[in-house]
Amino acid sequence: MAVSHLECKECKAQYPLEALYVCERCFGPLQVAYDHSGLLADQGAIDVGELRRRIQGGPQNIWRYADFLPLAGGPPGPSGRLTSRVGLPAGCTPLIRADRLAERLGLREVWVKNDAANPTHSFKDRVVSVAVARARELGFETIACASTGNLANSVAAHGAALGLESYVFIPADLEEQKVLATGVYGTKLVGVQGSYDDVNRLCTELCAERDWAFVNINLRPYYAEGSKTLAFEIAEQLGWELPDRCVVPVASGSLFTKIARGFDEWLELGLLQGSTPRMNGAQAEGCSPVASAYAAGHEVCRPVKPDTIAKSLAIGNPADGPYALELARRTGGSVDAVSDEEIKAGILLLAETTGIFTETAGGVTTAVLAKLAARGDIDPEERVVLVITGEGLKTLDAVRGTFATHTIEPTLEAFQAGVVEAPGSLRPAPAGAL
Amino acid sequence: MAVRVKIPTQLRAAAGGEAETVLDGATVQEVLDGLFARHEELRARIADEDGSLRRFVNVYVAGEDIRFLDGLATPVADGAELTILPAVAGG
Repeated sequence: MAVSHLECKECKAQYPLEALYVCERCFGPLQVAYDHSGLLADQGAIDVGELRRRIQGGPQNIWRYADFLPLAGGPPGPSGRLTSRVGLPAGCTPLIRADRLAERLGLREVWVKNDAANPTHSFKDRVVSVAVARARELGFETIACASTGNLANSVAAHGAALGLESYVFIPADLEEQKVLATGVYGTKLVGVQGSYDDVNRLCTELCAERDWAFVNINLRPYYAEGSKTLAFEIAEQLGWELPDRCVVPVASGSLFTKIARGFDEWLELGLLQGSTPRMNGAQAEGCSPVASAYAAGHEVCRPVKPDTIAKSLAIGNPADGPYALELARRTGGSVDAVSDEEIKAGILLLAETTGIFTETAGGVTTAVLAKLAARGDIDPEERVVLVITGEGLKTLDAVRGTFATHTIEPTLEAFQAGVVEAPGSLRPAPAGAL
Repeated sequence: MAVRVKIPTQLRAAAGGEAETVLDGATVQEVLDGLFARHEELRARIADEDGSLRRFVNVYVAGEDIRFLDGLATPVADGAELTILPAVAGG
């Protein structure tokens, strides 16, 4: 058991491994601390080859990284391997070399980490798997969340898979696809009239009144750890090497900071060589508290009222904003924002060049990569990883009207008369095309 | 003017176990000063040495974050509800 205790990120006060998330002394966020001395061999260093072999021999999901996840009893189930076959195992998603995307952007080496290939089609299955496993260890029977959509899907599905009662709170105006893909699992779905930040405030109050595991509130220290597995997978899939740069969407800032934390943990252990990749955060202009603070040189974020098509990133009051800013500056990255038109163009660019159809958040990330490339921020020799966190079928409205369908009679003459067979001729160039 | 102040669970031990209390004050600052006078230990928990709120503390008046209003100078109406919550949730 490598997990040791909870500690305050600000004042370092220590707490037991319970459903706690806030330091009582300074109100700072709590995070999980580990003791990896069990991994060390005789000389006080890890046996890199042995540890890599153990990971590679593990299950084909996030539990292959159980040594670095905050469960007291190791991976859930009678054995690590069995977890591949029960519940909703997440992770081990494809890392695709995207040469055609790279060429369009004038870059040498771009990889796409396609985390839409998870059980409920977003990276949230990673964090929910970890939070729910810990919630069960702590004896909770009900799971809950405040969500912008993807988390709602995942919590509802994990509740169904594991036979736990679930409550899911979402802004009432969420995309229909995300509402339908949540309600179908039989969860108690609550649409709150307000923004995500209103939902989050309500749930923070409710969390004190109910004996529930709110995965992203009282279980948040455990939940957030699940995002480290994206870094572990990227490094393992690159042959135990680091990328030079990662472009990652930023909502609360938790994913962004935990991917870097994953790389750093393995660097500290000696499992990887090199230094933390440059971390570039991606936001939508209609909700860019972190990008605005970055541009202004501020250390904290001023909250905003979101107004963007990228609803899964529409958090106006980002909990990990200060840490995201610190990370971007420390690694020589940045936090940038793109317009709704650029987001739509980003979705099309990724689809056309990689065959991956992403949701609006992925459009944000792709558009920010394009912006960095156009600005000359990226050395053409760099190895860049684009982290795609969700599935295009969940935000279909974003691509409506971006192409034409030629409807014809089923005859050769009609085809020859009605369809122009030039490459790309079926799609008008959208405004803001990249 | 009487304002109902809701105290988060993490601060209740430092507030004599109170989950809420009714205080007088015309602005958020005045209400918080009243709260600190009642429970001195709360001051260091949620305010910096210069008197501003710590960065992981959110304060709401009638459900609205005071940073969208006038911050600590935000007026509070008689019968209003002031809520203190941790900012580290969500995402």
